Amino acid sequence: MSTLEPTATPEDVTREMEETTEKKPRGGKRSRTGHAASSLSSPWASLTAVVIAVLWTLPTIGLLVTSFRGQRDIQRSGWWTFWQNPGGLTLDNYRQALAPGSSAGLSQYFVNTVVITLPAVVLPIFLASLAAYAFAWMPFPGRDALFVAVFALQIVPIQIALVPLLDIYVNKLGFGASYWSVWLSHTIFALPLATFLIHNFMRELPGELMEAARVDGAGHVTIFFRILLPLLTPALAAFGIFQFLWVWNDLLVSLVFLGGTPDVAPITVRVAELSGSRGSAWYLLSAGAFISMVVPVAVFLALQRFFVRGLLAGGLKG
Amino acid sequence: MTRVISAVPVGIIPEPLLRAQSTGGKLLLMVFAIILFAVVFGLVLAFASLFKGRNGEKVQGALFALPAVALLAVGLVYPALRTVNLSFRGRTADGPYSLDNYVTMFTSPELLVVLRNTAIWVVLVPFLATAVGLLYAILIDRARGEAFAKALIFLPMSISMVGAGIIWKFVYEYKQTSRPQTGLLNGVLKLFGLETRQWLLDAPLNTLMLIVVMVWIQAGFAMTVLSAAIKAIPDDIIEAARLDGVSGFRMFRYITLPSIRPAVVVVLTTIGIATMKIFDIVRTMTAGNFDTSVVAFEFYNQIFRFNAPGVGAALAVLLFVLVIPVVAYNVVQMRKEA
Repeated sequence: MSTLEPTATPEDVTREMEETTEKKPRGGKRSRTGHAASSLSSPWASLTAVVIAVLWTLPTIGLLVTSFRGQRDIQRSGWWTFWQNPGGLTLDNYRQALAPGSSAGLSQYFVNTVVITLPAVVLPIFLASLAAYAFAWMPFPGRDALFVAVFALQIVPIQIALVPLLDIYVNKLGFGASYWSVWLSHTIFALPLATFLIHNFMRELPGELMEAARVDGAGHVTIFFRILLPLLTPALAAFGIFQFLWVWNDLLVSLVFLGGTPDVAPITVRVAELSGSRGSAWYLLSAGAFISMVVPVAVFLALQRFFVRGLLAGGLKG
Repeated sequence: MTRVISAVPVGIIPEPLLRAQSTGGKLLLMVFAIILFAVVFGLVLAFASLFKGRNGEKVQGALFALPAVALLAVGLVYPALRTVNLSFRGRTADGPYSLDNYVTMFTSPELLVVLRNTAIWVVLVPFLATAVGLLYAILIDRARGEAFAKALIFLPMSISMVGAGIIWKFVYEYKQTSRPQTGLLNGVLKLFGLETRQWLLDAPLNTLMLIVVMVWIQAGFAMTVLSAAIKAIPDDIIEAARLDGVSGFRMFRYITLPSIRPAVVVVLTTIGIATMKIFDIVRTMTAGNFDTSVVAFEFYNQIFRFNAPGVGAALAVLLFVLVIPVVAYNVVQMRKEA
């Protein structure tokens, strides 16, 4: 891999710096650095990159700082003045947002989010990998047409299914506002993309592998668990992270099927509610927002590699 | 509680397994659900392995695909068809068949504003997000600290749109000019001696302010995909162009951009589709007030607030119809490049 070679050695950098101090940029001589970007790199380029990076992080930093400031400080001065009074930083906002029985009561909503998310990630992975295996390696009548149909369902916006689905849950299955409605909904909505992604990964595995196992007398069930699942771990992880972020951060599905019911509603619903009804209670809102963000950000940073791989394999839920 | 239950047909899952009050109960319920799903999964597999021989193989294959296909048929295809049906049955979705809802959608002044806003979103977000993502991807390509620089832009993708909405609502926070500012944007205005503004109240400016949030989220996606595409350009092409004296903007225009064109199309269309379905940002930041509503938000509003499920269904159908050409274009482009 050519990318493993260091492309900007210290020598290159000093040479570039010399060039800029001399104010004689000689574009033609730059070719020795040998990559696309160097032709654009200049102090202006670096400055632009830094400006974008700052613009993209400053809003988050602002709310993060605010979440540690006292209730009165937040109202009286901008968060950028916090360094004038570093002693005023406190964890009170988080304490108040999480305390059971407090007006926000976020801890129980946090639990709800966890309870909603785990089955809603595990279940589609189960079902989709099973279906993907059948579509990839088990001939049966109508297989290809069925796979194209599942693939095509990716374009269906979930909005078009929500209300009749709600009707089925409430009037036919008697679920009402319960976890089962959201578990099933998230699973259904994830299946087209999951089946498609996992199928693609499965097709890349050599067919001889399966044939050799068949010759040795292994059945499909054995092959699926013993050979395929271990090999597919990266693909399943990639999809798992997508689904995790999607479910954890979801608002619409929970809102439709659970409303604001405190027993079952996830933290996104509660934080959105706080944002609407108590627009100026920034001490609660800022802490609440970060409580809802800490888990996905941690998961994301820890498993970024898999996420990027999934992204490049075409897996973004539109 | 019992009163509500009696109005509803007896559920297939007994009440104690439907809901739980305590944290422990909820976690137990979750474990129970996962075990139940695993058992069902195991039963299907065990049943499938009963079929042996050449024809048994086919039955096995069908059984493996069955759970997913059945769920999609009942939970996605059937509801979608029902929504299409409902959209033709008047405002409350229980009257005689007519085109009333579609006529309303394209004639009532409020809904025309909704359509106009959606158009603004769909035109601006994909291009702005892709432009920023591409620019950043080029600027930091093979620079020192590239991974860290990427993570900064990338991080907004991992948080909820509710969270993003709150972060930006605070940036736009309004205080009178004479008072100390708490919102960053108005703080900057005041620094330059300008009057502070109500960013989320004045149409059409407020729609643009909401669009900024979506661009902020999606630029990371664009940057990641395009950066990978840039790195995949063969070195010899760039080297050859360089020997011919191509550099700077011309290198970008004639070498980089044509090479990554398929990736750019994928990014534009993917962001475009996500933008058509935008809901959380609008709901969190303005609740669709002050002329900021969009199709996917108005869909929810019509059904759950205005009690007009027919109009809501028609908006959902519109959303579906709008998505189809974008996806079709995406697929055709990918075919052409392949």
